[in-house]
Amino acid sequence: MSSTSPVDPLLERAPLLVRDWVSGLFPAPARGLADALLAIAAVILGFGLLFTLLTLVERKALGRMQNRPGPNRTGPFGLLQPIADGIKMLVKEDIVPEAADRPLHFLAPVVLVAFTLVAYAVIPYGRHLLPVDLDAAVLFFFAAGAATELAVFMAGWSSHNKYSLLAAMRALAQLISYELPLLLAVVPVVMLAGTLSTSGIVAAQGRWSFGLVPHWYACTPWGAAGLVIFLIAALAEANRSPFDLPEAESELIAGHLTEYSGFKYALFFMAEYLGMTALCAMAVTLFLGGWQAPCMFLQVVPSYVWFGVKLAAMLGLFIWIRGTLPRLRMDQLMRLAWKFLVPLALLNLGTAAFWRLSAGWEALPAQLLRWALALLLVLGPAAVIGRRLSARVGPRTYRYAAP
Amino acid sequence: MLGTGIIKGLATTAKNFAGSFRDPRRFVTVQYPEEKAPVTEGYRNFPFLVFDAEADPMGTLRCVACRICEKECPPQCIYIVPAVDEKGKPRKHPHVFDLDISVCMSCQICVEVCPFDAIKMDQTFEIAATDRFRGLLLDKHQLARSNAHFQRIHPTEAAEVDARLAEEKRQAEEKARAAAAAKAARPPAAP
Repeated sequence: MSSTSPVDPLLERAPLLVRDWVSGLFPAPARGLADALLAIAAVILGFGLLFTLLTLVERKALGRMQNRPGPNRTGPFGLLQPIADGIKMLVKEDIVPEAADRPLHFLAPVVLVAFTLVAYAVIPYGRHLLPVDLDAAVLFFFAAGAATELAVFMAGWSSHNKYSLLAAMRALAQLISYELPLLLAVVPVVMLAGTLSTSGIVAAQGRWSFGLVPHWYACTPWGAAGLVIFLIAALAEANRSPFDLPEAESELIAGHLTEYSGFKYALFFMAEYLGMTALCAMAVTLFLGGWQAPCMFLQVVPSYVWFGVKLAAMLGLFIWIRGTLPRLRMDQLMRLAWKFLVPLALLNLGTAAFWRLSAGWEALPAQLLRWALALLLVLGPAAVIGRRLSARVGPRTYRYAAP
Repeated sequence: MLGTGIIKGLATTAKNFAGSFRDPRRFVTVQYPEEKAPVTEGYRNFPFLVFDAEADPMGTLRCVACRICEKECPPQCIYIVPAVDEKGKPRKHPHVFDLDISVCMSCQICVEVCPFDAIKMDQTFEIAATDRFRGLLLDKHQLARSNAHFQRIHPTEAAEVDARLAEEKRQAEEKARAAAAAKAARPPAAP
């Protein structure tokens, strides 16, 4: 096991150099402000572009999963499709219901996007690329994420439409239910890293066994379980399939977005994708080593490239899941959260505690015993609870469908 | 075991995803304006008027302006004015034959009642127009299609129609020949 701090190559420092050059154009007292504004602009531009690209990639990938080519009419390979969509959204009429609470109706999408973007402030994108290094960054991230639930209810309430309101309540029930396993899955990470700061958590994962096997938390039994729980909860938090009940487009009209049109609807859409990207970035930071390279010799590649690769892999996984799984029913959704994920996340806390207490078991037999015990602690409860949950719900039989 | 179904499903979609790059034949999409799915022989949408000689479409229209289709048409989308010569005698030819395809319901009754096999159902479906009144009101020049076109789109029906028309023509000629022979054989009646 070794930990080295390699000398910063030029590529690693390139974003900082660019920032310093641009802020050097400003007078000295304004440089701090210029630095902050540049970081904000970079995040908004970068992730805005990623969002537009993601909508296209998602549609292309989903198409191929269903043996369709996907959008291919606008520009080469349909590359201009996001621009066409954006123009369409901008020129659409913005209808506000007569009885709507106008200020709230206007504020809901703004609040949603703002809180989603705020969460990006604490994610370390690279060795030197952390917009704000807070001591309680993890707490800040999930507080900002929880604030978006307010916007969902604002949208439902201000529309003055009973269906919107009901849908907002349903969405809220889902978001609050999955907030619990999401946070409980993160607690072990904080426990073992001993810090709430994201830079500290990434630094704690920056070691390799024999220079090849990374010490990411996902490579430990409790970390793998935590990552799976985190991903399931993140899917639900981001309103992604198979948990996209709040606006199940084939069953409801649009849930709490029923009364939104034009660019306000586009903002909700953008916030959904930005929220998904933020949660993926957080999963990378907490469990997959953030910007750390997977092997020691791969550190020659700049850290932000590794972060980008991991983020793309997570987003790809989300798209893959969307292309595969059918939507859950509301009761199945609640049962999964309260009877499966929350108990497992709580038990995972115990596993992580065991892992921390057994950190001193260095000898090989002790190591093996440690891994075996931890795996048992993770897989045993999952099997038992899973079996008990699925005991009375056997495979569904379709009486009138052809076998 | 819990979760095996999800893994199986993920494998299926992954197989589709990878397979679509390897084998483009997996795509079921027909890229419409560039390539078109073939229409079946039984497909029909709007009527057209049959003519026989490519060189003279209006002269060889089979329609004789009998106005049966106009009377039978349930939504009344056909409008016919027979042609007349200088003395006002009908010329067995439509002067005006208009068909409003925005009204037509593709019921094929006009085809079934036509005693002259002069009106048949077409298969062209790219008939969008920017003017819904004049753009979709077709006159006899727009409606006229050759018999060759009919044979191409409905080969079975066209073969049957052609055989019947040939047979009728042969019988008529035979009859005419017999009548002429009888006329020649019989001595002229005494005045």
